[in-house]
Amino acid sequence: MGEGEREPIPAWSLPADAIDQIALPSLWPERVTREWAFGDGQGSGVQACILDSGIERGHPLVGEIERAVAITVGEDEETIVEEDEEGDLCGHGTACAGIVRAIAPGCSLVSVRVLGAGYTGSGPVLLAGLRWAIEQGYDVINMSLSTTKQQFAGLLHELADSAYFKRTVLVASAHNLPVESYPWRFSSVISVGSHEGSDPLAYYYNPEPPVEFFARGVGIDVAWLDGGELRVTGNSFATPHITGICARVLGAHPELTPFQLKNVLYLTATNVGGGNE
Amino acid sequence: MSEDRFRAAVAAGVAGSEEAYAQLLQSIVQVARAIFGAKGSSIWLLDEEADELVVEAVAREEDRQLLGMRMPSSQGIAGWVLTTRQPIVIEDVQSDPRHARDVAKRIAERTGYAPTGLMAVPVLHEEQALGVLQVLDRQTTFSLGEMDILGMFANQAAIALDLLLRARTAKSVLEGADVDVAAAARLAAALDGLEGKRRDAGLELLRALEDLLRE
Repeated sequence: MGEGEREPIPAWSLPADAIDQIALPSLWPERVTREWAFGDGQGSGVQACILDSGIERGHPLVGEIERAVAITVGEDEETIVEEDEEGDLCGHGTACAGIVRAIAPGCSLVSVRVLGAGYTGSGPVLLAGLRWAIEQGYDVINMSLSTTKQQFAGLLHELADSAYFKRTVLVASAHNLPVESYPWRFSSVISVGSHEGSDPLAYYYNPEPPVEFFARGVGIDVAWLDGGELRVTGNSFATPHITGICARVLGAHPELTPFQLKNVLYLTATNVGGGNE
Repeated sequence: MSEDRFRAAVAAGVAGSEEAYAQLLQSIVQVARAIFGAKGSSIWLLDEEADELVVEAVAREEDRQLLGMRMPSSQGIAGWVLTTRQPIVIEDVQSDPRHARDVAKRIAERTGYAPTGLMAVPVLHEEQALGVLQVLDRQTTFSLGEMDILGMFANQAAIALDLLLRARTAKSVLEGADVDVAAAARLAAALDGLEGKRRDAGLELLRALEDLLRE
């Protein structure tokens, strides 16, 4: 915070004369439709961050990348952020970026690479990358990854909550393996599993959490390394579908908080209101 | 029982168990291959010290030369699966040039067989990621239900791998010239040779020592 700036006092309570000040910027329609929610469907003005293996530059299915950084953690546990010249170390981040781009063509993409520093460093690097991305104020962060390390769970939880209050939406892949993993289980993130349908805009609300939404995750043709394409399956590909849909909604309604955005996703889900349009 | 006999008995048990757990892993990849109607299946174990993945078990006899093959722990598809704890299915590996260069090509060189599709799940035991289980090439597309089944197999593989790692640690401790452990083994051997009141007294003394050490 710069000198002279004053931190706004948090609204711990609501005096009667302040009610007008918290009026919503725009009223929601009586019935929230996808047409209202998505606007022009471009996701313009939204910054979507892909926390993954990097993004290949110049891939025709990804297009322009606003920024690409690689995260490492130094000897004194300090976060090192460098412009990423390596691109993508396995293809996965490029695949996620391509999916987001296809759904929200107007959004800007940022790559935060948290892989490649070896297995042992992966937990601290993941945390450092997520913290950095939240500090940048990106609108939505795609996390097609998880950790099982209990020691990181508490810190991840704090980061997820801080993102939630700073209007950064975390979209995280769920998994069905018989161990506890994070951050998808936290209620402050949007967790995503797969359905077997082929419609990239079909998404379902799950009335039996912890997985909250199902999106397309089976047999998807995605961008991969060296300008190529691959057909893939997995929750990690369902997740960027929801990230792209979040970008669409935030492009049309940038004022939404993560809570409100989750409401819009619910109201427009294929099995709620979005399937009858 | 003399100290030597005690050590020999424990060592025999440990050596036997390592072999049995290796067979269990082998059986898991064979069953995975059969159930999914796949061409191959393998388990990659994480070598944390070297930060590399090592082939620990393969389903096909002709793939045995892959055993011991290594790759960096956070690169390629298996590396991604290990570090992100997320399962993945890829239907055409050959169109992934980097994967083909680094891993599939090396596999092809050794076995004369290049996989084109794979399903990979992390092998997780409690909070540890121990490695990656892969199923290679099958006729039909993998379904979500099959990924769940592979996840269950991965869980079984995790238990087997955990036991194998424990057996290896125990073996190296027994074989190594670890003075402290040797002292504990001598104590156990001495206790084993006692009877009646002397044995009870010995046990009581040991319990008191344990309490003292834990404080």
